Amino acid sequence: MIDMQPPSSIPIILLQAVSVCYRLPKEPIGSFKEYVIQFLQNKVRYHDFWALREIDLEILQGETFGIIGPNGAGKSTMLKVIARVLVPSSGRVRVQGKVAPLLELGAGFHPELTGRENIFLNGTLLGHKHREVNDRLEQILEFAQVDGFVDSPLRTYSSGMVARLGFAVATAWEPEILILDETLAVGDESFRAKCSSRLEEFQTKGTTTLLVTHDMGLAQSKCKRAALLYQGRLQHIGPVEEVVRTYRERFSV
Amino acid sequence: MTTIYDSKKRRPIFLEELMGVIHYRDLIFQLVRRDIVTRYKRSALGIAWTMLNPLGMMIVLTLVFSNIFHSIHQYPAYVLGGLIAWNFFSQTTAASMTLNVWGGSLLHRIYLPRSSFTVSAIGTGLVNLVFSIPPLVIIMLIIGTPLRWTILFLPYSILLLAAFALGIGLLLSSWATSFPDVVEMYQVALMAWMYLTPIIYPQDIIPVTYRLFLVDLNPMYYLIQIFRLPIYEGILPPLHVLMIGTGLALITFLLGWTVFSKNADKLNYRI
Repeated sequence: MIDMQPPSSIPIILLQAVSVCYRLPKEPIGSFKEYVIQFLQNKVRYHDFWALREIDLEILQGETFGIIGPNGAGKSTMLKVIARVLVPSSGRVRVQGKVAPLLELGAGFHPELTGRENIFLNGTLLGHKHREVNDRLEQILEFAQVDGFVDSPLRTYSSGMVARLGFAVATAWEPEILILDETLAVGDESFRAKCSSRLEEFQTKGTTTLLVTHDMGLAQSKCKRAALLYQGRLQHIGPVEEVVRTYRERFSV
Repeated sequence: MTTIYDSKKRRPIFLEELMGVIHYRDLIFQLVRRDIVTRYKRSALGIAWTMLNPLGMMIVLTLVFSNIFHSIHQYPAYVLGGLIAWNFFSQTTAASMTLNVWGGSLLHRIYLPRSSFTVSAIGTGLVNLVFSIPPLVIIMLIIGTPLRWTILFLPYSILLLAAFALGIGLLLSSWATSFPDVVEMYQVALMAWMYLTPIIYPQDIIPVTYRLFLVDLNPMYYLIQIFRLPIYEGILPPLHVLMIGTGLALITFLLGWTVFSKNADKLNYRI
C-alpha cells in the first residue's frame, strides 16, 4: 500500500468487530393492537438483518474520511454507531471527542418559538450548556443572517433561513468529529459557499470529518482515505482513488 | 477535556442514564420552557390558563355534584385539591409518551439521554402544578376552608406524585415508542382510572366489595390523599397512608428508571 502519511497517528474513532443486527418482524407491525392480534394468531415472527458485520476501522485525528457504498450498504448505520445513537450488537466502538452530526439541519426546531429561543433549544439538544449557547449567540446570528427576524417565530422564516439557522447552530462550536451525510444542498449559492468554507476551516483546525456520499468526485476532492461498504461489510479501506476504483468496478456506474 | 465514549466501558446503565440527565439539565430546562411557552404563546390569557383550567372544571363539578355529595362539606376545595393532583399525574404521564414519540426521530440522529423527555414532562407538570396552587388557596379563602400549617407538607406530597409519575411515564414511554397507539389507549385508561378513584366523589360511597380495588390497591388513592388531606382537612395524612404512598412512589420510580434505561439501547433498533 502507498504510504499516506496520516496527519496524526491517534485513532480518534476505533471500531473493533462491530456488528449491528436489527431484529425485524416478518410482517410489519404498526401498532400495539396489530401486535396483540398477530401475537394471538401466533404470527409474530422475526428475522435478523445484519446491517453491519464485523467492521474493523480506525480513523485518525484530523482526517477527512470518506464512506462510500451503494444504497442500503450500512453507511448510515455505521454513522449511528459512531455518533453513539446505536449501541452495536457486538464489538467495540471507541470515540474520542465530541461528535457533531449534521444530518438534517434544523431538526428539533419548534415553529412557534422565536429564532433566539430555537437557538437555545437546538444548542442544548446538541449537548451544549445554556451559558455556552449564550456565548456564541452573536456569532450564530451573524452567520445565519436572519436580521430582523431574531425575535419572530420560526414559522415566519423562509426555508432557507431555517436551514441557515440550523447550520449556524450546528457549526457554532468547533467539533472534534464532524459527520456529513450527503452533500449540503441547502440555501442559495452564497450560503453554500459559506457552509463549505466553514467546514474547510474546521478541517484546517484539525476536526476529523466523516463524509458519506454518492458523489465520487466530491469524495476524491475532499478525502485522502475512504472505505467501501457493501451489504454491511467493509470491502475495501485505503487511499480514496483505489476505493473509488473498486466501487466503479463493482457497481459500474 | 475530551469526552471518550467507549461502548465496552460503560457504567451501570441506570447510573449512566442518570448522569446523562444531570449533564443535559440545560436541555431539560429548555424543553420545559418550550412546552410552557408554546402552549400559551398564541392565547390572549397566556399562563393564566394553567389556573383557569382546574378552576373551570371545579366550578362545573361543584354545580353538578355538590348537591349529590352532601357528605362533603366545602366540596369545591375537596374536588379542586384532588383534581390538581390528578391533572399533574395524567398530564405528565401522557406528555412523557408524546414527547418520547416526538423525540424518537431526533434520537435516531443525535445522542441524548432518552429519559430527558420524561424528566422534562415532569418539569412542565411541576410548573403547572405550582401555578394552580394560588387559585386553590383563593377558593379556600372564599368558601371559608381554614388554611392550616399542614399546607407546608405539600412539597413532600408533590415529590411523591412526581416520583410516581416519572416511574409510570418511563414505563409507558418505552412501550409507546414501539407502538404509537399506546398513547390513545392510555387516554381511555386514564379516564377510567380517574372515575374509579375517589377524586370528585367521597370515598365512603364506594361499595365495600369494590373498596379493595378502588381504594386499597389503587396507588393514586394514596397519593391523592397525601396531597389533599393537608389542604382540605388541615391534617397530616395517616401514617399507613403515608408509608404506602411513599413506598409505591419509590418502587414505581426505581422500576420505571431501571426498565427504561435497560430498554433505551434497544429502542433505536426499531425502525
